[in-house]
Amino acid sequence: MSAPVTPTLLYLDNVSVSFDGFRALNSLSLAIDHAEMRAIIGPNGAGKTTMMDVITGKTRPNEGTALFEGSHDLTALDEAAIAELGIGRKFQTPTVFEMHSVEDNILLALKENRSPFATLLSRRTAQERERIEALLERVRLTAHRHRKAGELSHGQKQWLEIGMLLAQQPKLLLIDEPAAGMTDQETADTADLLRDIAKTQAVIVVEHDMTFVRDLDVKVTCLHEGTVLAEGTLDAVSANERVVEVYLGR
Amino acid sequence: MTSLRTFLQAFVLLVGMAAAAVAGPYEDALPRFAADSYADTEAAIGAVAGSGHGQSLSLVEALRDERLMIAAGQVYIRDAAGKFVDAATGQAVEPPAGAKPVRVNNRVRRAIEAALGSMTLLSTDAGTRLDAARAVFRSRDAAALPALEKAIAQESDADLRNALESARAAIVLSKPDASSSQKLAAIEILHARGDQDALALLSSLPPGTSADVSEAAAKAAEGIRSRLALWSAVQNVWYGVSLGSVLLLAAIGLSITFGTMGVINMAHGEMVMIGAYATFLVQEVIRTHAPGLFGASLFIALPLAFLVAGLIGILIERTVIRFLYGRPLETLLATWGISLILQQGVRTIFGPTNREVGTPAWMSGALELGGLSLTYNRIAIVVFAFAVFATLLLVLRYTSLGLYVRAVTQNRRMAGSMGIRTNRIDALAFGLGSGVAGIAGVALSQIDNVSPNLGQGYIIDSFMVVVFGGVGNLWGTLVGAMTLGVANKLLEPYAGAVLGKIVLLVAIILFIQRRPRGLFALKGRAVEA
Amino acid sequence: MTMQSVLDRQSIIVLLLLGAAAILVPVLNVAVDPASPFHLSDHLVPLLGKYISFALLALSVDLIWGFCGILSLGHGAFFALGGYAMGMYLMRQVGPRGVYADPILPDFMVFLNWKELPWFWHGFDWLPFAAVMVLLVPGILAFVFGWFAFRSRVTGVYLSIITQAMTFALMLAFFRNDMGFGGNNGLTDFKEILGFPIQAASTRIVLFVLSVAALVGGYLLCRWVVSSKFGKVLVAVRDAESRTRFLGYRVEHYKLAVFTLSAMLAGVAGALYVPQVGIINPSEFAPANSIEVVIWVAVGGRGTLAGPILGALLVNAGKTWFTGVLPEFWLFALGGLFVFVTLLMPRGILGAAKDLWAHAGQRLKSRPISEPVSQAAE
Repeated sequence: MSAPVTPTLLYLDNVSVSFDGFRALNSLSLAIDHAEMRAIIGPNGAGKTTMMDVITGKTRPNEGTALFEGSHDLTALDEAAIAELGIGRKFQTPTVFEMHSVEDNILLALKENRSPFATLLSRRTAQERERIEALLERVRLTAHRHRKAGELSHGQKQWLEIGMLLAQQPKLLLIDEPAAGMTDQETADTADLLRDIAKTQAVIVVEHDMTFVRDLDVKVTCLHEGTVLAEGTLDAVSANERVVEVYLGR
Repeated sequence: MTSLRTFLQAFVLLVGMAAAAVAGPYEDALPRFAADSYADTEAAIGAVAGSGHGQSLSLVEALRDERLMIAAGQVYIRDAAGKFVDAATGQAVEPPAGAKPVRVNNRVRRAIEAALGSMTLLSTDAGTRLDAARAVFRSRDAAALPALEKAIAQESDADLRNALESARAAIVLSKPDASSSQKLAAIEILHARGDQDALALLSSLPPGTSADVSEAAAKAAEGIRSRLALWSAVQNVWYGVSLGSVLLLAAIGLSITFGTMGVINMAHGEMVMIGAYATFLVQEVIRTHAPGLFGASLFIALPLAFLVAGLIGILIERTVIRFLYGRPLETLLATWGISLILQQGVRTIFGPTNREVGTPAWMSGALELGGLSLTYNRIAIVVFAFAVFATLLLVLRYTSLGLYVRAVTQNRRMAGSMGIRTNRIDALAFGLGSGVAGIAGVALSQIDNVSPNLGQGYIIDSFMVVVFGGVGNLWGTLVGAMTLGVANKLLEPYAGAVLGKIVLLVAIILFIQRRPRGLFALKGRAVEA
Repeated sequence: MTMQSVLDRQSIIVLLLLGAAAILVPVLNVAVDPASPFHLSDHLVPLLGKYISFALLALSVDLIWGFCGILSLGHGAFFALGGYAMGMYLMRQVGPRGVYADPILPDFMVFLNWKELPWFWHGFDWLPFAAVMVLLVPGILAFVFGWFAFRSRVTGVYLSIITQAMTFALMLAFFRNDMGFGGNNGLTDFKEILGFPIQAASTRIVLFVLSVAALVGGYLLCRWVVSSKFGKVLVAVRDAESRTRFLGYRVEHYKLAVFTLSAMLAGVAGALYVPQVGIINPSEFAPANSIEVVIWVAVGGRGTLAGPILGALLVNAGKTWFTGVLPEFWLFALGGLFVFVTLLMPRGILGAAKDLWAHAGQRLKSRPISEPVSQAAE
């Protein structure tokens, strides 16, 4: 495959995925810039999760191109390699290591040599301690650092997972429904946090909650049946006739 | 034709009686037995056999069974009850003092075989004639030729005629003074016969056989060899299908429970075992109370085995498995524990040794089909396995239980939110799977030892079948079972039974790693989740 | 990681108890008058040694099941392979003292009319070579098997069953005479080890102490592994495999590493088992044996390291007692144990004890109303 030289961080072109004849993604194309935040909206079954699966290497597309930083072919790499490249993913339901302490969750996520030998012989350095400290502070879990992650509230788990993502120092963060199950205050705080992150890193947020998307105040892409229906500001997208049709079923 | 035969037999009998009246070859031969030397005995057998005397058959039979006695130069036939008959006159006599049997050695025994063959060739009983034809075929005794010719001339039954003709061919082929054309005709007949014996004859011609005969024989032997190879391949495929049916029976219940609930019931094999013991019990009751029903014992056992195994299955699901939902590994361990308890329970009640389960008369015997030998019990199991498969397919497709089970298999959460009571379906599916294992046990009681360990041998094989075929797909289970069965039997001649099994296990282990969800996997997001 | 994190309180208790056993058993056997009730009779020493080797096997299973979620139902295979490697050494030590008095060939080979030693028997007359094989053979098998299995992401019950198929296949193979391992009789009639008569009481004492030492070594190794960052990754894999993957860890490498390590430990356990029991045969590969090991771990408490040792000792002591007194009921008891532990005591004895302890502790602490416990939720 000849790699087109693109200035974009993430470049999806003509990506299709089908399961047993059902087309989850249908010639999807998408480009994300460095340090850009993008909100992805769309009804159930629009292909949002499948798109994330393709980007993170969980699902192989049947056809199409997925490039990271213009040269890394995401369709040929596995999850671990893609994570190493600098793509972090937060799941829809918060997934943390419940039996580990909050601190250990962050420790495991820190960007470091991930080979078995290295972890077997690793010792925690002062620098690591500092980074863990800073990250705990940022996701407001310093007071809970010694608790087991499984004991945290739903919102705290969401934040811990975002903290783990940050610990990876990714260039691109994929965040699936961060506001689900959060109180209004938590939702607003989360929006602040994400905007803050987007200053230095690219972020893709998949979200149903329109108030939250409005809070983020970024470019919006609307997916439908595995393809891009509309792209632009939230107002422009909401005004789009076809989007209205899809959402309201007219 | 029949009247002609009766006439001829009467004639032979008359001639025999006439011969008995005057001293004939039979009477002349008798003293030679009294000499009790092997060479004399052998010569005397030939003379007696050719004499056509009415006593000659019982005399030779007596000699074979070492009941031909000599005392003071006289020859007597002792019957099984110990009574003595004068061999010359046929009169019953008092047991003479100092009687001892005429000695026989292997050479004599061969002569006896040949003589019996030729003498019984003309028997009125078709079975006796067939045995005689076979005996002559084996002995290739040229002395039987005249009797053989006569028998061929009057034989009406085509199969018997074939047997007689191949016996004649066997004699002709090993007779040095037979003409080339006779021998070529004989080769033709043996080629048509086409079995292992014919092959042995054709490939061991006596020295001094002319070149054209040898060549024809070699060609015929080659033809037989390739035909036999083909038949044996077909036979192996049949064995494979038969093994595949056994695997299908054992695995199909597991396929249902594993498909719907995602748990492996390690006690599945014990359900099979319980089905086999149910058969045993049914037969015991029938033996003591209604022996006439024995032929139907398996049909009585089927619903019973289904019910017993099914109920035990539901009991296991309700008391253990449902508390372990979402913990498949723990389920595996708990059901293993249950299997130990069931095994030991059966061992305590019925004892550790094999129990005798009888085969009804209609299932014994074999169907000869060309070069194939298909035993009726194997045929019955193959037919039964397919019947069970078809029934389950229909149950799953057309009943509401089937609909629910399929729904739960494909997407448990969705099925639950549609108002299907998933845990009731679990219990019923588990009961169904276990019940099917129970009826598999009825079938397996016919071919396997009914012991407490019966089930243990099936769990790994069954799982391999289910995984190979694809979980939650009955057609996959069918294809998996047949593939593994046939592959196993085709490997056996080359690798031996044990090595063949190992090869297959390794192949499946590799296969699972390549296609973890089997040949016919369900695909899509629901499965991934 | 510090020394302290390896040697937590539980570990110190385990080490003290094992140390006490290593001292007490020889003392009670050798120094105490046979007439005294405290005397440990000679036949009990190898029996205890067998339990200790089982404990090491259970420890190896716990390392992968308790900490990484890999339920192997075929670990008996690694145990047996280690045992066979040791058995081959002991067989070569028999020398001309066999029934057929062949200086090189073991009896069963003479019986099979073999003329020379198969190539894979060479070197086993030298203990260091055999010792390396005790580690390498199970290790290589585990590595090859795991490489295929983990790379293609075979998990859960699938993995459990194919491990069982693996040990089943090996059992069939070792039953064959032409494999060259003595067929269904296996290897037995050993005479001596390193020149010491294998039946002698003193040899058995030494073997017992060595077994305890191996168990201590295995325990410390496992402690070190699970308290390292590597160990934290293992637990992460156990609890949320795909999360670990998306964090950038190559889960298959971790699984492969710990599976291989565990197989080697199981091999060592087998090597210690054989000289004390005096025989190794293909029935050690039987799938049922491997599943039984899992229940030792479950009874003691998986994921605790001390638990499997406790479980192996308890269940095997129970087995010895049952098969002596109520042989009919042993399988009922074992089967019941499987059901009971999985249903009612999923964390085993140590887990249950810990829960009780925490419960009692919390009640004690909550009685004085003043300070909120740091553990309490907000």
